[in-house]
Amino acid sequence: MQQNKELVRAFFGRFFETGNLTDDLDIFKAGFVNSLFAMQLIGWIEKNFSTTVSDEDLNLANFNSVNAIANFIERKGV
Amino acid sequence: MSEKKIKVLIWDLDNTVWDGVLLEDKSVTLRAGVADVIKELDRRGILQSIASKNAHDDAMEKLKEFGLDQYFIYPQINWSSKAESVGIITQSINVGIDTIAFIDDQPFEREEVAFTHKEVLCLEETELDKLLDRDEFMPRFVTSDSKNRRAMYQSDITRNKLEEDFTGPTEEFLATLNLEMTITPATDDDLQRAEELTQRTHQLNTTGYTYTYDELRKFIESDEHDLLIASLNDKYGTYGKIGVCLIERNQTYWNVKLLLMSCRVMSRGVGTIMINHIISEASKAGVTLRAEFIQTDRNRMMFITYRLGNFEILKQEDNRYVLENDCTNVAKLPPYISLNVIKGKSKQECEVESEMA
Repeated sequence: MQQNKELVRAFFGRFFETGNLTDDLDIFKAGFVNSLFAMQLIGWIEKNFSTTVSDEDLNLANFNSVNAIANFIERKGV
Repeated sequence: MSEKKIKVLIWDLDNTVWDGVLLEDKSVTLRAGVADVIKELDRRGILQSIASKNAHDDAMEKLKEFGLDQYFIYPQINWSSKAESVGIITQSINVGIDTIAFIDDQPFEREEVAFTHKEVLCLEETELDKLLDRDEFMPRFVTSDSKNRRAMYQSDITRNKLEEDFTGPTEEFLATLNLEMTITPATDDDLQRAEELTQRTHQLNTTGYTYTYDELRKFIESDEHDLLIASLNDKYGTYGKIGVCLIERNQTYWNVKLLLMSCRVMSRGVGTIMINHIISEASKAGVTLRAEFIQTDRNRMMFITYRLGNFEILKQEDNRYVLENDCTNVAKLPPYISLNVIKGKSKQECEVESEMA
């Protein structure tokens, strides 16, 4: 879990400054997110954790913070 | 099936653009009429590239001599298979393979390309004379954006190269571009371009509805609709008019019938900025925002944009969705871009109405 959080953080770091980013900060509310980032995030999860993000999984609550994404990956059992 | 229009023509050089084989004869001559075809296609906004087995520098030098070198983007002049070159060009320009045409005098090369890329239109060099009259090479409109299309791609190449060399986070790079987005209500002058975009754009397109010039014109005049046009500039120049959004206004909700952005601006995050602008306007008007979405095998990015943009699924029937955002949370504009919103008459009236309600 902790390891996944680190991976998510490193991924975020390719797109924006993550120095002040807390694990539960809503990155969508904070305005960090655009379509391309959203698409790359989903693509990154699918590729790195060999899972598929279905249309049903595409809920904001699954992806809006470091914690949410790490939890989602955990729930997917990868 | 709708008639496919060609967006990119890929040229062979030896015995197609010029008579003779450059490796054997340094003084090859231009084939008759070929320069006119190249210039006319350029004017029509059809992009052109090269797949040629030749020494790169010599071939480019020869094209320069003929005054034609600037007409080609991502030229592939090397010893790779032409199928591979066609693939690289298609990927670099980021268009569908079914919008590519390839012209070559050698049956072997045409067959090799056709074998790998079944949807590419492969032409013999003898078809050159009639090429300009073919339907596939006849865009419905030639807009000012079409004429500048090649120049716009050329500045994209400069930008992309810088972007590749840039090692920091994407947002830092975007901040170096001085991006300026403008959202305006469409005017008569925009309609040809709007129609062109509805036909050309498949990936970043929420519903794929196509509208004719006359239909779009009615939306401009209608009090219940907003037709918005987005354009984008940066320090390298203009990207032109790159986005269209059609909104239908009801008493309690607005409905986004169509949202599309040119693939060229995919990495600039402008689709989200357009959506956020509309959310903000809807929020001010005290309504919710609905969005129609028709899923295809190519527009998943727009579905993700909506779903991660806080749009809930209101209805779903097969691949047709109605999504809704309650407009309680309006995201901030990202710091790397400035947004200029020009309001039209109908928009102001609508604001007055909502204040009165």
